[in-house]
Amino acid sequence: MTLKTLWHRLGSPRWFYQISRPWIYVLGILALVLLVTGTVWGLVFAPMDYQQHDSFRIMYVHVPAAMVAQSAYIVMGFAGVLLLVWRMKLADMVLATVVPFGMSMTVFALVTGAVWGKPTWGAWWVWDARTTSMLVLLFLYFGLYALRQAIARPEAAARACAVLAVVGMINIPIIKYSVNFALTLHQKASFTLTEAPSMPPEMWLPLALNVLGVYCLFGANLLSRLRLEILRRERGTQWVRDLVLSGSA
Amino acid sequence: MHPKRRNRLFSVLFLFAGAGISVAFVLVALNENINLFYPPDKVVGGGAPVDTQIRAGGMVLEGSIARVGEALDVQFVLTDYQGSQFPVIYSGILPDLFGEGQGVLVQGRLGADGLFRAHQVLAKHDENYMPPELADLKGLKNE
Repeated sequence: MTLKTLWHRLGSPRWFYQISRPWIYVLGILALVLLVTGTVWGLVFAPMDYQQHDSFRIMYVHVPAAMVAQSAYIVMGFAGVLLLVWRMKLADMVLATVVPFGMSMTVFALVTGAVWGKPTWGAWWVWDARTTSMLVLLFLYFGLYALRQAIARPEAAARACAVLAVVGMINIPIIKYSVNFALTLHQKASFTLTEAPSMPPEMWLPLALNVLGVYCLFGANLLSRLRLEILRRERGTQWVRDLVLSGSA
Repeated sequence: MHPKRRNRLFSVLFLFAGAGISVAFVLVALNENINLFYPPDKVVGGGAPVDTQIRAGGMVLEGSIARVGEALDVQFVLTDYQGSQFPVIYSGILPDLFGEGQGVLVQGRLGADGLFRAHQVLAKHDENYMPPELADLKGLKNE
């Protein structure tokens, strides 16, 4: 299949519904294996930190949640562009289905961050650039959720959400680089693409597994919710009726 | 590309660039206000307001931690290891990570005498996690 036909087929929710099913299982099983291994390894077997002792282990759940919360937003930003420029139906469905996952991961990152902050920093919450911009991300998710509910006409709601998603993308580099351009209490990135992690392999490997695992979980969650959304929105069409009546939906 | 779509793409890019530039202007205007704390050179050099609630940060100078009298009063010096340092007095419970050579953040008032009277001390840690055995080999403090 050439890139161009793939591009055209992505415009068809029906085609996407038909090919996406096996991927839920692949990603779901990968997510389960990676997350269980990474979490048990990180929380039980990885060595403790010489300064923070066991409290540093919160990193193994905090960092993956925070990373995927931002990536989910980036997915929505691109979906927003696809909707605004190419009016792709599937893009708006993606935009609608990512919100709950991204929102819960942001909440999870903020809560685990607070639980980590209390024993190490000495405070549950500090208004530094990193924590504040992450809170802004949570409010963007709230905003996207509320905006869709607030507008009755689906096309208008789709466009409004797409504009908010695209504009909100500005917050992502602010979150990412807040620890570099401002003086913050939050430490710098544990993982970067350009440098080796500043910890030994027995400490960063479980973190890497959990990061991969949470991305697989995101994929599985997105696909399964997206398939439901496709059925819901295309419920008036013949192919959905056939599918439901044949009992193989 | 269809001209209609190209126009829409330009509008989206324009929207994003416009919003991005405005946020960049806001951040530049906020300038140092986006910093959570004043570094030692600002505190010493008069860059930090006197007798106002502020936060300052630095590294705890080795050998500077002294208990004052009884109770929980403790005095220490914060430094940036580049020649700027200032004394801090604090009364209360210190976070577990507090110690010599550790980055800390103090909230309180800077007196005209240069003494920082803190009512809260927060510990900062970095992203260099290390098992205790390795830290021992490197000669780092291991509590």
